[in-house]
Amino acid sequence: MNPATVIRTLVIIGIVGGLELACRTGALPHTVIIAPSAMVASIIETLSSGELNGDMRQTFGAVAVAATLAICGGFVLGFLIHMSPRLRRAIDPLLGAYYAIPHVAFYPVLIVIFGLGAGPLIVLATMLGIVAMIIATLGGLDRVPRVLLRTAKVHGLSPSQELFLVRLPAATPHLLSGVKLAFSYSFIGVVAGEFILSTAGVGHAIAFSYDNFDNYRMYGLILFIIGFVVVVNTTILFWERRMVARRGTR
Amino acid sequence: MTDDKTAVAAELVGVTRVYPARAGHAPVHALGPLDLKLHRGEFFSVVGPSGCGKSTLLDVLSGLAPPTEGKAFFEGRPLNDTVPDGIGVVFQEDASFPWLTVFDNVAFGLRRKGMEAGEVRRRVDYAINFMGLKAFATAYPAQLSGGMRQRVCIARTLVMEPRLILLDEPFGALDQQTRLLMGDELLRLWRETGATVMLITHALDEANLLSDRIGVMSARPGIFIDVVETGWSRDRDSTLAADARFGLVSNRLWSMLRSESMRAMGQQTGERAAEAAE
Repeated sequence: MNPATVIRTLVIIGIVGGLELACRTGALPHTVIIAPSAMVASIIETLSSGELNGDMRQTFGAVAVAATLAICGGFVLGFLIHMSPRLRRAIDPLLGAYYAIPHVAFYPVLIVIFGLGAGPLIVLATMLGIVAMIIATLGGLDRVPRVLLRTAKVHGLSPSQELFLVRLPAATPHLLSGVKLAFSYSFIGVVAGEFILSTAGVGHAIAFSYDNFDNYRMYGLILFIIGFVVVVNTTILFWERRMVARRGTR
Repeated sequence: MTDDKTAVAAELVGVTRVYPARAGHAPVHALGPLDLKLHRGEFFSVVGPSGCGKSTLLDVLSGLAPPTEGKAFFEGRPLNDTVPDGIGVVFQEDASFPWLTVFDNVAFGLRRKGMEAGEVRRRVDYAINFMGLKAFATAYPAQLSGGMRQRVCIARTLVMEPRLILLDEPFGALDQQTRLLMGDELLRLWRETGATVMLITHALDEANLLSDRIGVMSARPGIFIDVVETGWSRDRDSTLAADARFGLVSNRLWSMLRSESMRAMGQQTGERAAEAAE
């Protein structure tokens, strides 16, 4: 185990252990926060009861659709913007300012347009994720070494062959960073939307517990969401690291 | 491949190359007008001061960039902004694909042409062996040294069996000892394939050692101020550097290049001063 992993593990153990101790000794009242072990027990209880299955289907379904739209749409838009320098000059400042917009504030408007259900959630989450993917795609395509494109020309590659055989593989590490961000933003969009105004989903279940002072269930669900996002991001990070180790830092 | 010195492999006729004006910068007349005939099977090197248009010359001769004026021909056919089959190019920068193994890098061009897998393996195995990379066939470029990566790029070119090989300072990033050894390997490759080779280099000794003829270019816009015939035998190697005649050729090259290099330095200093003034 490398020193960074050891330090990270010790920090996590310290925080979780400290919180456990503070909650068990009553230094932190259970009306404020519950012990981590209780959160885990809550997750197990909630998941094994099956009462959340419908909510999870809605949330994960919406996340899957939104993340796919954000990743694929962001890549296509990023590629088109990359190919058009004029469009790039016009759009670049807007992309930079995009995340200053409070997207969740548009959710009620999206409900008016798309109705109740998964539609407005998917639109909101896609809106949140897509620009991260556009920015990552632009960054990746900008950094494809010119000599590789010249090599593609020497081999007589067509524009589509150049895209799929050279540009995309060369830009993959940047694209994976975009995938990570687009997924996280899509997840935030869906859960935040459900939390604010929805009749189903994990976000709604958290809001319902919150409104009813049910800390036991609320913290369990929050830990469940954190755990899920960490697992997905760690998996992508693992691929990314393997790729960087294989390719070097070029 | 014939060793007929009268046959022309590639030719430039009245070629110029002018880079158009960019924001805040005047057009740059990089090259020419110049004429050049590369004889089939010869080893021709181009030396010249920094920024004299050597790489531009390679771009035009390979079909990577069209001439502004004049015409470029490969085996009698005009080049039109594409690199035809039969021309291979090795760049100064590392052009190996980092996501592919050495084997897959070398096989890249053959697979694109739709060659049958058995033939791809035969040709790639030969090229990898020839370049001394057999033990690294499954390695990725990041696991190799700079010199080995450059050998991967040469193998990727060699495997396509080009009749004209253009090398743009391929050993520029390597240390002196590795350069000498790579030079010997390049001569071996040239002798075995019978291809015509044009090497762009800023190293006079390298050009002297490797070449049948050396084109000496002026400061920008680059034209040939002389073409020196070395008269070395075809089976030469790096031990030639100890020959007294080797020193004479190097001195002749430097006497021509010294004033051009000073002129090029003056040009670059003037341009930087103008940019700073803006």
